[in-house]
Amino acid sequence: MLGDEALALGALHAGLSGVYAYPGTPSTEITEYIQASPLARDRKVHCQWSCNEKTAMEAALGASYAGKRAMVCMKHVGMNVCADAFVNSGVTGASGGLVVVACDDPSMHSSQNEQDSRFYAEFAMVPCLEPSNQQEAYDMVRFAFDYSEMYHTPVLMRLTTRMAHSRAVVKTGEMRDENPLRFPEDQKRWVLLPAVARVRNEQIIKQYAQYEEDSEKGNVLSGPKAEMGVIACGIGWNYLMENIEGEPSFPTLKVTRYPVSKKQVRELASMCKTILVVEEGQPLLEKALRGYLPVYNEIKGRLDGTLPRTGELTPDALRKALGMDDKETCSKSEVAVPRPPALCMGCGHRDFYTALNMVVKDYPTARVFSDIGCYTLGYLAPFHAINSCVDMGASITMAIGASESGVHPSIAVIGDSTFTHSGMTGLLDAVNMGANITVCISDNLTTGMTGGQDSAAFGRIENICLGIGVPKEHVRLIIPLPKNYEEMQKVIREEIEYRGVSVVVCRRECIQTAKRHLKKQ
Amino acid sequence: MKKDIILSGVGGQGILSIATVIGWAAIKNRLYLKQAEVHGMSQRGGDVQSNLRLSSDPIFSDLIPKGECELIISMEPMEALRYLPYLKKGGWIITNSAPFVNIPSYPEISAIDADLKKDANVISFDSDQIAKDCGAPRSSNMALLGAAARYIEILDVEALKEGIRNVFARKGEKIVEDNIKAFEAGFEIAAKR
Repeated sequence: MLGDEALALGALHAGLSGVYAYPGTPSTEITEYIQASPLARDRKVHCQWSCNEKTAMEAALGASYAGKRAMVCMKHVGMNVCADAFVNSGVTGASGGLVVVACDDPSMHSSQNEQDSRFYAEFAMVPCLEPSNQQEAYDMVRFAFDYSEMYHTPVLMRLTTRMAHSRAVVKTGEMRDENPLRFPEDQKRWVLLPAVARVRNEQIIKQYAQYEEDSEKGNVLSGPKAEMGVIACGIGWNYLMENIEGEPSFPTLKVTRYPVSKKQVRELASMCKTILVVEEGQPLLEKALRGYLPVYNEIKGRLDGTLPRTGELTPDALRKALGMDDKETCSKSEVAVPRPPALCMGCGHRDFYTALNMVVKDYPTARVFSDIGCYTLGYLAPFHAINSCVDMGASITMAIGASESGVHPSIAVIGDSTFTHSGMTGLLDAVNMGANITVCISDNLTTGMTGGQDSAAFGRIENICLGIGVPKEHVRLIIPLPKNYEEMQKVIREEIEYRGVSVVVCRRECIQTAKRHLKKQ
Repeated sequence: MKKDIILSGVGGQGILSIATVIGWAAIKNRLYLKQAEVHGMSQRGGDVQSNLRLSSDPIFSDLIPKGECELIISMEPMEALRYLPYLKKGGWIITNSAPFVNIPSYPEISAIDADLKKDANVISFDSDQIAKDCGAPRSSNMALLGAAARYIEILDVEALKEGIRNVFARKGEKIVEDNIKAFEAGFEIAAKR
C-alpha cells in the first residue's frame, strides 16, 4: 500500500473515530482510503471532507475534547491555513488522541513552495514523527495516538511526497476499539484566557524537554567510530542505506522523532570529526547544529552544498555527498523535451479561458488574478490567461487591492472548491468595500486537481454569493461550451462594465468526473 | 536477485495498471516491492513515471538510483528517453512506438529512435495498433507488458497473467480476456525479435 494508505490503516486500527481533511497533494489518499474502507464504514468513522484545513483542525480538536481519537490530514501549505488552530491546540492540549498529518512536497511536484512542516511542530512545541518507510507509517501513527493521550498533546506526523506516494507491503497489527465519549478531567486548559494560557505555557515547556528525552527511545544511534558520521532523518535513512553495502562502518543517528535529543547528537559528535546531516526538506536540524558559534565538528549538509540546497533528496544526491563514484549509465538524451501538464481536452476551464481572452484583449489594462486549482494551468500555452496564483482564495482579495489601486478591469478567477475553502470571506470584503471587481467562479462541480473529491457548496454557489450581498442581477451563470462563446463574452463584458462587485459563475462538470459518472451508469 | 524497472508515459496512458499487475505478481511470489508513483498536477497530460523495484531482499530507497535500472517500459517513445540516465548501459527499453503529441516542440521520431538505440537494447513496436488488432483498443499497456514479460526475469509469465486476471477481475470477464489477449500478442512480438 501507499505510505498514505498505510498511515490511514494504522489510524483505523488505532481506534480512529474521525478523519478531518481538505484534499491536497500528496495527502489526499489518506482520507480517500478511509472513505473506501469497510471497517471505517462499519464503525461509522467520520470521513467527509471539510471546507478547509482550519475547519478540519478545529473539528478534530472538538472530537479530541470529547475523548475520541481524531486525525487531521493536509498538504504542507494547509498547515498555514490551520496554523491558528494548530498552534493553539498545542496550548489547550488534546484529550482523546489527536494526530495532525502534514504531507510536505519537496521539489514542488504539485505545490507552490517547499516549506517544511517540522518547523510548525517546533513552533507549537508539539512532538513530531517522521516515518522512513511505509511500515513505520503504519506503526508510528498507532504510537502517535498513544503518545498523544499519554501527554495530552497533539502529535504532528510529517510525510513527504516519496513516502506518501510509494507502495510497499505492510504487516498489520491488532485492531483497537474506539474510545468512549469522555469529557476532559482538566476543563480549565480548554479555555485559553491569558491567565490559563500562561500556566499552560510553563507546563508545555517542561513537557517539550520530556519529548526530547523520549525521542532517544525512537531515534537510533549505532555504528563504530569513524572520520565521518551521518544523521539521517525520515526517508533520508533509506537513501543512505541504499548506497552502502550491509551495516554502516561509521556512526549513524537515524531520526524519526523530534525534538531530537541533544545528548544523542553529542554522543554521535564524539565518535566522528565530520557530521553529514541528511534531511528531506529544509535544513532544520543542520541549522540547529551549526548555530552561530564555532563547533568542534565540521557539519555538512544542504547549507554548504554537500547536498543540494533545494528539491527532494535522491539516492544519487546522497551518493555524491558520500564521495562515492557514479555508476555507469546510458547517456542522457538531448532530444527529449519537457511535457508540462495541461488542461484536459474538453475541459470547461478551456472554454472559459477562450471566451475570457476574447473579452480581455479589448481591455489592455485588464489584470486576471487567479487561484489554486486546475485552472492555474491557464497560465501556460495556449491561454496565457492569468497574471497571478499565490494561495487559496487570493484571487478575489488581490483583485480588490489591485482595483482600489487603480487597476481596471480587475478580474478574479477561482474554482468552486477554492471559493468555499477561502474565497467567501474575500467576497464579503469586496461587497462591504464596494470594490469594482468581476469574480469568475469556474465551477466544475468538484475538487478537480486532486482527483475529483466532493465540492463543499455543490449546487449552492449562487445562493452563497447572494447571501454575501452581491446584487441578484450581477450574479450571472454561463455554460462554458464553444457554441456559447458569443453569449459568454457578452456576459463577461457586461459585468466588467458594471461598477461594483459582480460574479460570473461558469459551470460545467469536470470532464474526468463526468467520464466516471457515465461509466457508472 | 532484484529487478529495477522504470515505467513511463503520459498521464492517462495506463502505466499505473502495468505497475499494479507486476506488483500483484511480485507480492504473490513473496518478493519485496517498492513502487513510487506520480499523483497530482502532472497527471494532467504531463509526463508521468513509476519507479518499480522488486527484490528477494529488503529494499531501502523508493527511488531507483542512477545506473541501477535494468528495464524501461514506456507507453510513449520520447518519454522512454527521459530516463536513460537511470538505465544501466546495455539495459532494455520496451516502448510503444506511437508518439503522443500534445506539445508543439515534439522532436523528430528518427532522432528519438537514434537516441534510444545508442546505449540500450530496444524493442519498439506500435502497441496501440497491436491492441486494436486484438479487438482490445484500451489494452495497449498490457500489450507492452507482454512484450516486456521475458525481460522481467524475476517473475514468470504465468504469474503476470494471473496478475492481470486478478487486477482486472472487478471490471468483468470481457475486460480480463481483452487484456490477456493483448498481453499474449505483445509477448509474441518480443519473441520474434
